[in-house]
Amino acid sequence: MTTSFANGMAALIQQIDAPIASYLQSCVHCGLCAEACLFYTETGEAKYTPIHKVEPLKRLWKQEFTLFGRLLKALGVVKPLSDADLAEWEELVYDSCTLCGRCTMVCPVGNDITYMIRKLREGMVASGHAPDSMKTAARNALNGISPIGVGLVALKKQIEKQSKETGIPITLDQEGAEFLVVLSSMEIIGFPEILGALSKLFQRAGATWTIASDAYEGTNIGIQIGSRDVARALVQRVVTAAERLKVKTVIAPECGHAYQALRWEGPNLVGHPYSFKVIHIVELLDQWVREGRIRTKGKHQDRVSFHDPCQFSRRGGLDAPARRLLAGVAADIVEAPDAGAMSWCCGGGGGVSANHRAEDLRLKVFTAKKRQIDAVQPKQLVTACANCRNVMEEAIDHYEMTLPVLGLTELIAEYLEDDAP
Amino acid sequence: MSDLLLWAKGPGFSIALFIFLAGTVLRLGEILWLRRKTDLAPAKGEVLGPVLRTIGHRFLPAPGMLRKSPVVHIGGWTFHVGLFVILFLFTPHIVLVQAFTGLSWPGLPHSLVHAVTLATMAAMVAVLAARISDPVKKLLSDVEDYLVWGLTFLPLLTGFLAVGRMGLAYDTLLALHILSVELLMVVFPFTKLMHALTWVLARGYTGAIAGRKGAHS
Repeated sequence: MTTSFANGMAALIQQIDAPIASYLQSCVHCGLCAEACLFYTETGEAKYTPIHKVEPLKRLWKQEFTLFGRLLKALGVVKPLSDADLAEWEELVYDSCTLCGRCTMVCPVGNDITYMIRKLREGMVASGHAPDSMKTAARNALNGISPIGVGLVALKKQIEKQSKETGIPITLDQEGAEFLVVLSSMEIIGFPEILGALSKLFQRAGATWTIASDAYEGTNIGIQIGSRDVARALVQRVVTAAERLKVKTVIAPECGHAYQALRWEGPNLVGHPYSFKVIHIVELLDQWVREGRIRTKGKHQDRVSFHDPCQFSRRGGLDAPARRLLAGVAADIVEAPDAGAMSWCCGGGGGVSANHRAEDLRLKVFTAKKRQIDAVQPKQLVTACANCRNVMEEAIDHYEMTLPVLGLTELIAEYLEDDAP
Repeated sequence: MSDLLLWAKGPGFSIALFIFLAGTVLRLGEILWLRRKTDLAPAKGEVLGPVLRTIGHRFLPAPGMLRKSPVVHIGGWTFHVGLFVILFLFTPHIVLVQAFTGLSWPGLPHSLVHAVTLATMAAMVAVLAARISDPVKKLLSDVEDYLVWGLTFLPLLTGFLAVGRMGLAYDTLLALHILSVELLMVVFPFTKLMHALTWVLARGYTGAIAGRKGAHS
C-alpha cells in the first residue's frame, strides 16, 4: 500500500462519523481519563492522557467538519494538521494505547476514546506513521497466514502431538463439520495444549469441528495497526474457508482482538452479514455446560484469580460466562479489586505486544496489573486470551514473581467428566 | 432605565437569542448529518437499556475515581448543579421565562440561591485552580478553556453583585449581568459550552455501541 500524508488525511476524513463528532464536541478537557489509563498512572506523564492521544483527530474534525473551524483555517488563524503532527503522535497512538477501553468507562460525558484511537490509526497507517514491527507483522499475515510466521507445518506438528496425547484425531479441512475453529498463533506456538483441550471438549459434546489449513489464524493485525484493507483481507480468508467447508459456526479463540475482529468488525469489513454464526469459545462452553452437554467433575484446589482480557470482558461482555465456567471447576476463586468491567490491561493489547520498540514501556506499566494481582495473592491466574497470557508471563518473569497463568478452556477440559453424557 | 440596560433587554437580547438558536441548530446539524454506518454484525444485546443506563450512570463518578480526582468530581458537580439551580430556580429568572413563554414554576428562597451562588463561584475557582496546577489539565487546556471559564463566571459575579446592589448602580449592574449572559449565549454554539447539549449524544452513542455487543459501558 502506498502511504502518503494525502492518503492519511483521506483515510481520517472517512473515519469521522456522528459518534466521533459528538465525542470531540463534548470533551471539556477535565483530564479524568488520565487516571484510568495505565500508561499515565504508571508513568505520571501527562502526554499519556487518553484524550490527548486523539488530538490529531480533533484538529482534523474541527478544520474539515465544522463551519467555524473551516473559517479559522481559511483565515490562517489555526495551522492545519500536518504530516509532522501525525509523525509526532505515532508513539502516543501505538506504543501507549492498548485499546483497553478503561478511559471510555470513566469519561463523564461518555466519550468512547478507544473507538477514536482505533479510527485515528487508520489515518496513521495510511500516512506511513505506524511502527515498523507492526507493519512487518501485517506483511507476514498477508503473505503467509500468521503475523508471527507460524506456518502450516508447525500447526500440523502441534496437531499431531496433541492428537497422540489425547488419542483423538483432529482433521484439517473437514467439509460439513459443525464448527470451524480459528486459533491465534500464540496458542499454536506457546499453548498448543488448547488443541488437545478442544478435542476432548468437542468429543464429549458430540460435536464435529475442523481447522482450515488456509485460515487457521484468528488474530487480525489489520485491526490493531488500523488498516481496513489488511483487516478485510484477513477476515475474508476466514469467511471464504467457512463457506467452502460449509460450517454452521466459526469459533473465535481465546484472543480478545480476534473475537472483536471476527464477531463485530468482520461483517462490516467484508460488507455483508456472514452466512454462519461467530461465537467465542467461552460462550460456547458456557452454553454447553448449562445445557448439560458437557459436565465437569472435581475442582481445582489452588487459589485462582481471573484476569479479564479487555476486549473479552470490558468491551466484549464475556466476563459473566467466564466466571460461571470458572466457578464450575475452581474451588477457591478470589476476585481482584477492579475485576470485571474495570480490570487493568496486561499492557500488551491493541498491537502493543507486536510493537517491539514499546517493550520497555509495556513492562513498566505492568505494575498496574501487578498491584491488582498482589492485592489478592492468587496462586495462579486464569484467563481467556493467549496474548494476555503471553504478555503476562513475560512481565511476571521480569518482575520475578511466581505466578503460573492458565487458559480457561484448558482448565475446563482438565476437569471434564470422563464418561460421555 | 439607562440606555445600556434598554439595549441589553431589547435588541441585545434578540441578537444573542438568534445567534444562540441558529448557531446551536447549525452545530447539532454538523454533528448529526455525519451519521453512523449501519452495523452489519448481528446484535447480541439490546440497545435502549444500555443507552439510558450510560446516560444516567455518568452523572456519578466511575468506581474508584472520586478518590483519585476529588476536586474535579466535587467541584464539577457543585458548579453544574449550582448553575442549574441559579438559572432555573431563582425567582427573577422564572419571571423572565414566564414573560416569554407563559410557563412558571416555584423558585427557591433568595437566601438559598445566594448561598448556592457563592458555592458555585467557589467551585469554579477550585476547578480553575486544578486546571492551572495539574499537568494533565494544563496540557489539555487551550485559550478556549480559560475564555469559557471567564464567560461563565461573569454572569454569576454580575448577578451576585446586582442582587446585593454592590459596587455600581443597580441599573448598570443589571445591564452588565444581562450583557454577560448574552455574550455567553453568543459563544455557546461555537465553543465547548456545546457539551451542555452534546453530552446526551456522546453517552448515548457509547451506550448503543456497547449495548449491541453486550459489553460494558
